[in-house]
Amino acid sequence: MTALEVRNLHKRYGRQIAVDDVSFTVEEGEIFGIIGPNGAGKTTTVESIAGLRTPDSGSIRVLGLDPIKDRAEVRERLGVQLQESSFPDAIKVAEALDLYSSFYRDPADWRELMELLGLTEKRDTRYKALSGGQKQRLSIALALVGGPRIAILDELTTGLDPQARRDTWSLIERVRDTGVTILLVTHFMDEAERLSDRIAVIDGGRVAAVDTPAGLIARSSPVQQVRFRVSQPLDTSVLTRLPDVTDVEITEGRWLVTGRGQLLSSVAGALARAQVVAEDLRVDQRNLDDAFVAFTGRAPQSPESSERKGA
Amino acid sequence: MPALLKMVKVETRLFLRDSATVMFGVLFPAGLLLVLGSIPALKESSPETGGLRSIDIWAPTALVFGMVMIAVQHVPAVIATYRERGILRRLSTTPAPPRRVLLAQMIVAFASVVVSAALMIFLAWAVLDIAPPERPLEFLAAFVVGYAALLGIGMISAAVARTSSAANQIGTLLFVALMFFGGAFLPRTLMPDVLREAGESVPPGLQALTAAWSAEAGEITATAGGRPFWLQIAIMAGIAVAGSAIAAKLFRWE
Repeated sequence: MTALEVRNLHKRYGRQIAVDDVSFTVEEGEIFGIIGPNGAGKTTTVESIAGLRTPDSGSIRVLGLDPIKDRAEVRERLGVQLQESSFPDAIKVAEALDLYSSFYRDPADWRELMELLGLTEKRDTRYKALSGGQKQRLSIALALVGGPRIAILDELTTGLDPQARRDTWSLIERVRDTGVTILLVTHFMDEAERLSDRIAVIDGGRVAAVDTPAGLIARSSPVQQVRFRVSQPLDTSVLTRLPDVTDVEITEGRWLVTGRGQLLSSVAGALARAQVVAEDLRVDQRNLDDAFVAFTGRAPQSPESSERKGA
Repeated sequence: MPALLKMVKVETRLFLRDSATVMFGVLFPAGLLLVLGSIPALKESSPETGGLRSIDIWAPTALVFGMVMIAVQHVPAVIATYRERGILRRLSTTPAPPRRVLLAQMIVAFASVVVSAALMIFLAWAVLDIAPPERPLEFLAAFVVGYAALLGIGMISAAVARTSSAANQIGTLLFVALMFFGGAFLPRTLMPDVLREAGESVPPGLQALTAAWSAEAGEITATAGGRPFWLQIAIMAGIAVAGSAIAAKLFRWE
């Protein structure tokens, strides 16, 4: 079943077009990632889904409901963790969870959530005194306290240290395992690649591509490269005649084989047949960073640089 | 209803954890009155005022001090901070209706002022021998309606101020203006008639409070062509309704 459907979403602020034309659908139980450069329209898109913005044109359906017209019903079923949102400094963890659970018709057990997110020890700590990671976990807990069918998580791990980021990722996977559909907005490629079943790349207010992480990587760059040294002399024709190989270069004893498809296994097979041992074998693994560059023409931000910015 | 109660409970706790507001809004009026009451000159009865002491006439002003503090400074600052920090925005993504957020704030603000007033009236009686309000029902009406009028004005600021510093600036301005008419800087007995008349229509309606507290003091501070008590109350009610309606109209989450 379709959890979320965005069709030709368009939103402008004055003359500035924030979202030009965005369409995608998210199936139930999926973790769907949205990546894109700053200002690409990611946040406006999710804010429109959450009913915080009224689209200028296009339609949005959350479990078949319109976020503006069926505002109350959508709010019951959609959990939100947004950027630029916060909680009162003096509120304690347990109070916030208890209070937010009172907003919903059929809330989740907030004590269980507190346990799941590792906040039980901090139940009597004021929001202000929590670390960045704890605040983020509380924010996630509060997005889930209403027992939502869909959760929007916007820039989930910004400002977290590497360990906290990995902890948060496994937590998100556990949440998905409980059947919650997750819409994940991020500018961290490792996060999107690790968590998402499918990813939409948004650039300049439009969807540049929607695919699985592996699909995006393959589409962005079909070319693969394998490097190695050989233990004994070898004729290049052993490799150049392989259908997957397009080019072979040898510089100072280092072989660089360029090709496509199942390049690595073709090369390894040919070498084995020639009874040559490849040393120092390396595959140039393309990742989502490369795909991001290919689709947007810009380099993604690294977690390190944005952590420094957030500190 | 239990949901509103829960929010009131949490907001009350947050209020009590804010020690500056508790000090200034709740305890300060009583403290101020006790300090002024310890000045001998203010405790001498004067034949000009029919044997009343200055402190007797001034007591309602101390009460107004706490009311104004909470209604136009504290409440708008809390809501503007909620807006500035995205707390309102976060709330707006939940099924909690906006009026619950505002209502909870108003209930807490009202309760704190009731405590402040009760404490002040008790200490005024116990320590300074100032008699409690002579006409309790009318005093209660003047207090509740006058406070609602103050909150109505405070809520307009709360509805639109984007940042806590903006709310604080508006609040300070309102505080000075309202306390001027509230007799904090110049005792009402010394004000020219035109200011005193204007003061009858300025929330929370000091003249009505004074008259309900002590008829004698009320006569001294009343203007020659003073409006009847219930008309003053009606004006305050009008301001309360208009203020709340404007605030509800202008309210923004972000």
